[in-house]
Amino acid sequence: MTSMERDTAEAPARASLINDPKARGYFYQAVLIVALVVSGYFIVTNTIANLERQNIASGWDFLENTAGFGTNQSLVEYSETSSYGWAIFVGFLNTLLVAVVGIFFATVVGFIVGVARLSNNWVISRIAYCYVELIRNIPLLLQIFFWYFAVLRAVPGKRDKWSFFFDTVHLNIAGLRGPKPIWEPGAEWIGFALILGIIASIVVSRWAHKRQDQTGQQFPVFWTAVGLIVGLPVLTYLVTGMPMHLEHPNFVETGPILRRGFELNVGINVIPEFLALTAALSIYTASFIAEIVRAGIQAVSHGQTEAAHALGLRNGPTLRLVVIPQAMRVIIPPLTSQYLNLTKNSSLAVAIAYPDLVSMGGTVLNQTGQAIEVIGIWMAVYLSLSLITSAFMNWYNQRMALVER
Amino acid sequence: MSKKFLPLVLGAAMGAVAATAAGATTLEDVKAKGFIQCGVSQGLPGFSNPDAQGNWTGLDVDFCRAMAAAVFGDASAAKFTPLSAKERFTALQSGEVDVLPRNTTWTMSRDTQLGLNFAGVNYYDGQGFMVRKDLGVTSALELSGASVCTNTGTTTELNVADYFRANNMPYEIVAFEKADEVVAAYDAGRCDVYTTDASGLYAQRLKLTNPGDHMVLPEIISKEPLGPVVRQGDDEWFNIAKWTLNAMLNAEELGVSSENVDEMKSSDNPSIKRLLGVEGAYGEGIGLSNDWAYNIIKNVGNYEESFNANVGPDTPLGISRGVNALWNKGGFMYAPPIR
Repeated sequence: MTSMERDTAEAPARASLINDPKARGYFYQAVLIVALVVSGYFIVTNTIANLERQNIASGWDFLENTAGFGTNQSLVEYSETSSYGWAIFVGFLNTLLVAVVGIFFATVVGFIVGVARLSNNWVISRIAYCYVELIRNIPLLLQIFFWYFAVLRAVPGKRDKWSFFFDTVHLNIAGLRGPKPIWEPGAEWIGFALILGIIASIVVSRWAHKRQDQTGQQFPVFWTAVGLIVGLPVLTYLVTGMPMHLEHPNFVETGPILRRGFELNVGINVIPEFLALTAALSIYTASFIAEIVRAGIQAVSHGQTEAAHALGLRNGPTLRLVVIPQAMRVIIPPLTSQYLNLTKNSSLAVAIAYPDLVSMGGTVLNQTGQAIEVIGIWMAVYLSLSLITSAFMNWYNQRMALVER
Repeated sequence: MSKKFLPLVLGAAMGAVAATAAGATTLEDVKAKGFIQCGVSQGLPGFSNPDAQGNWTGLDVDFCRAMAAAVFGDASAAKFTPLSAKERFTALQSGEVDVLPRNTTWTMSRDTQLGLNFAGVNYYDGQGFMVRKDLGVTSALELSGASVCTNTGTTTELNVADYFRANNMPYEIVAFEKADEVVAAYDAGRCDVYTTDASGLYAQRLKLTNPGDHMVLPEIISKEPLGPVVRQGDDEWFNIAKWTLNAMLNAEELGVSSENVDEMKSSDNPSIKRLLGVEGAYGEGIGLSNDWAYNIIKNVGNYEESFNANVGPDTPLGISRGVNALWNKGGFMYAPPIR
């Protein structure tokens, strides 16, 4: 309708301003903006007036008060004497952790299943198909409960354990325990060596690319990079006199029954809430990513594969060097949405006691009663996380788009 | 078409926002809609719990029904909204519920900073600990290094932090949003200890696979006066809530129950006469009819009847009166006189 109006407006303007579609368009847009500003102003002032009328304290001062409650996972120093603001920050880091780890596993599993779905092997493609249809059609909250309550009951109780990897990693209902590295003076050189290894790998890979372009000779970039990134820190570790030791979890088998099992705060403990949430989020999101990957690969014309085969490339390099790079530009935009979904879905953590942003913020909300402020923080944090993820993925998308010929 | 429609929508939206700014009193609102909307727990046996038919029972539910009886003369003019610990105050502040009898602890910050008023105490509780018997623990002071399951967003979470800190004991807190998940996780062995108000421990123990394998430790680590809450700034409604509770307590003290209330109307005791509205016009003072207390007692009963029916020794919870007995029987329950 609008476009038709525009078309007729191409004729010499004889009509009055009221009948000019362009002027009318501007007028309506101005009215809309004014209405939005006015209603926004109205909502804010009305809320403030109502809060005052009901004697509800408002403002941001509460963030500095002592929180007084504990948590079972924090990536930074946190105690009951920390402030409410710090408690919310701890929750934010926990959300970030589960989002990053979840996105990593969802991507890996999703790509594998997506490629398997197109496999010529009937069994593999059927298994991938069943996985996708089963997982993406069950509500996420139920899957979280499944991983937390059903799977949790299957592992040994607190006074018992399953051990893996030569008795270094242990699993029981209280979580996954492993050795914790304790750094001593001089350990910073290991960090420098790691950074140096990464930089050297990038340089080598650029040089190898250039050489291959010029001479056609290949160079084992991957193994060189592994050698540099792993080998350099290990070498430094040995040279500097091993400035690090491992603190193994302490499994107590005698004494009062309550004290038996793993001692608190010795070694690294990954709480079962985190395990269950990460498992549920990655497996659920992976089923969507698998479909996106399948669609992306199928969007690349079969002629590309045939051409690659005609040039003598085997199946692996064909997929890696010809099909996937072209599929990526179809995959990335919907993949971004899945990443955003995973981050936002992580707020279901509160159901299984994982102290994420919503859980910690909810406790703060309840202790202080500052509902509007806390909900404001939640919305601002999720919005910023989503916008940052989108910005990164858009940048990546643009880079990948350059590959297109 | 859509361009003309938009300003209409915006106008309507602004009108709706404006409408919430103006307000009648809670009593007028309640009378206009014909029932009281009560915020209760999501299922705490003895206090507020729905049965298989969806009928709510419990001490807190009885309080709400008593208010309905006082206002309408009909205890069934009460509807119930189950609320999580986190939602409860916002639901009351925003007017979604009219009164909040939801085993809520009366604390200073809640009373002064949330725009709320506590209308009294209908159950004196305290926080306790439940453990498996086979742990061999007999005192809460032996709980060093334990993992503790509880509800998030409650005073419980703060008390347990205070208690373990004060006694210099390390612990791991596992805080769930809903009580059912706390019970499930504790039952699965995720935690050594389940902590909440002692009354809640007795109630939730019934939900465990083998209730007999668990015991409540003797320590009570906090004061938890539980009471109904109303919005601040509406004194008329606050008075009705306060005096509904007082009427139930005074009725018990004077020996007036739902069974003998009709005979008691002809009693010679002036206190009973004032309570039942035979003498004086006390009901008018709180904006109700003079037989307000009669309606409460007739329809719901006095405090003792409500206590015994919901949490008392003959119920599955089996809680004795203890500190919740009347002041003249060794407890804390003391209602100002009606005169």
